[in-house]
Amino acid sequence: MTELRLPTDEATIRELNVGDFVEITGVMFTGRDSAHSFLMEKEREKFKELLEGRIIYHCGPVVKKVDGEWKFISAGPTTSIREEPFQADVFKRYGLRGALGKGGMGKKTIAGCKEFGAVYLHAVGGAGALAAASVKRVKNVYMLEEFGVPEAFWEIEVERFPAVVTIDSKGRSLHEKVRADSEVIYKKLIGM
Amino acid sequence: MSEHIKKATLELLRRAATTLPSDIMNTLARAYENEESDAAKMNLKVILDNVRIAGEQSLPMCQDTGAPIFWIHYPRSYSQAELRRKMNEAVRVASQIPYLRPNAVDSITGKNSGDNIGAGVPVYHFEEWDENYLKVELMLKGGGSENVSPQYKLPDSSLGGGRNLEGVRRCVIDAVFKAQGLGCAPGVIGVAIGGNRDTAYAAAKKALMRPFDDQNSMPELNELEQRLLKELNELGIGPMGFGGKTTVLAVKAVALHRLPACFFVSIAYNCWALRRQTMIIKGGEVSYD
Repeated sequence: MTELRLPTDEATIRELNVGDFVEITGVMFTGRDSAHSFLMEKEREKFKELLEGRIIYHCGPVVKKVDGEWKFISAGPTTSIREEPFQADVFKRYGLRGALGKGGMGKKTIAGCKEFGAVYLHAVGGAGALAAASVKRVKNVYMLEEFGVPEAFWEIEVERFPAVVTIDSKGRSLHEKVRADSEVIYKKLIGM
Repeated sequence: MSEHIKKATLELLRRAATTLPSDIMNTLARAYENEESDAAKMNLKVILDNVRIAGEQSLPMCQDTGAPIFWIHYPRSYSQAELRRKMNEAVRVASQIPYLRPNAVDSITGKNSGDNIGAGVPVYHFEEWDENYLKVELMLKGGGSENVSPQYKLPDSSLGGGRNLEGVRRCVIDAVFKAQGLGCAPGVIGVAIGGNRDTAYAAAKKALMRPFDDQNSMPELNELEQRLLKELNELGIGPMGFGGKTTVLAVKAVALHRLPACFFVSIAYNCWALRRQTMIIKGGEVSYD
C-alpha cells in the first residue's frame, strides 16, 4: 500500500506502477462531464491555482446539508471514458497529476499520462457509501447552481481514500491488458 | 389510503437504494471466496463491506441511485392516476432525504430537475390485475451499466449470428466482452429475444427482477442462461474489469413474439448493485420482499 499525499508532484507520480494499491490523503476535486468541457472551453485562471498538483475525481456524489455544511453521503466513481476527449489536455492545462474514476481511459489519456507525468487511479465502482466515509470534509463547491449536484466541482478533503493504479505514467494500462486477454477467449467462444 | 401508499413507497425506495437482496449478497460472497487475485478479491471485499455499511447506516450504496423503474400491479378499486401522484411524491421526498440523487436532467437545457421527476421519469409500468392486493416492484437502474446495454438485430454478419439461439448467444458474449469493466462488473445480464425495440428493452430489464437461483420456465432458455453464465465468466474480465473469474453473477433471458421482419436481441446490463425490491400492500398491511 502506497500513501499518496495531495498536492503531489511529477517525480512522485512517475514512481507509481500499474497494479499499485494507493491511499489518497489531502484535497481533491470532483469533476465530470460539465466540468471537463468547462475547463477546456477557455483558460480558467482560478482553477489553475486550485487544481495544480491535485487529482480530479470523476464522481457525482449524493450530498446533504447538515447544520449549514455540505456532507458527502455516497460518492463512488463514475465512468471515466466520457472524459477521454478532454482528460489529457485538462491535465496539461491545469497541472493536474491524475484522475480518479472507474472503467479506465483510452489511448489519448494513456499518452497524456506518459508525456505529462500523470496517473489514472481506479476506485471500486458502486461502493459509494464506503468512499464517502473517506471524505472528511467538503471544503467548497463551485458551479453548483449551473451544473447541479452531480456535475458541480466539489472541493473535498479525503483521508486514506483507497484506489488502484490502472494507468501509469509509463504508458501501461491494466484495461488494455485485460481487454487483450479476454479478446482471445471471446474470439474462441464465438468461433472467429 | 393515499398517504399510506406514499409512506410505504418511500420505504421501498429506501430499501432499494441502501440494501441488496440476499440472493445477490450470497452470490457476491461466493465470488469473493472463489477469486484468487488480490485485485479481484479486494474489489469484492470493498463491495461487500460497502453494502453492509450502506444497510447499517441507511445510505445509498452507490451515489448513482439510478432511474427508478416501477412495475405496478393494482386491483380494480385503485386509481392509476392517484397511484402515480403518490409515488411521485415518495420519489420527491426520497430525493430530499436523500435516498436518491437528483438524476433527472433536462436534455435540452442541461438543468437538473432536482427531484427525480421529469419528462419520462420515473418509469411506471401499470397493469390492472384480478388479485385483491397491490404489488409494486422497483428497480433503481444505474447509468453506467445502462450505457453498455446494446440492442442487436439478427442476422449479424460480423458475429456470424443467425436468427436462432446461437445468434442470441453470440450477441450476449459480444456485449459483455465490449462492456469490459465499464458497467461495474460483475454484471447481471438481462436478455430479451425478439419483441419490438421498446418492448424488448423493458422486458430485458424486467428479467433482471428474477431471483438468481430460479429456473427459466422455458427449457431452451434455461439452458442458454446456464451456458452463458459459464462462458461469460470464462472471459476473465473480472470484478471492475481488473481480471478474474467473476465477470457476471447471473444471466436471465426472456422471449417475446416478434415481427416477421425483425429479430432483436436486447441486452440490459446491470452493475453488481442490482437494486431490486418488491412491496405488497394487502388489506392495509405492507410487506417487503
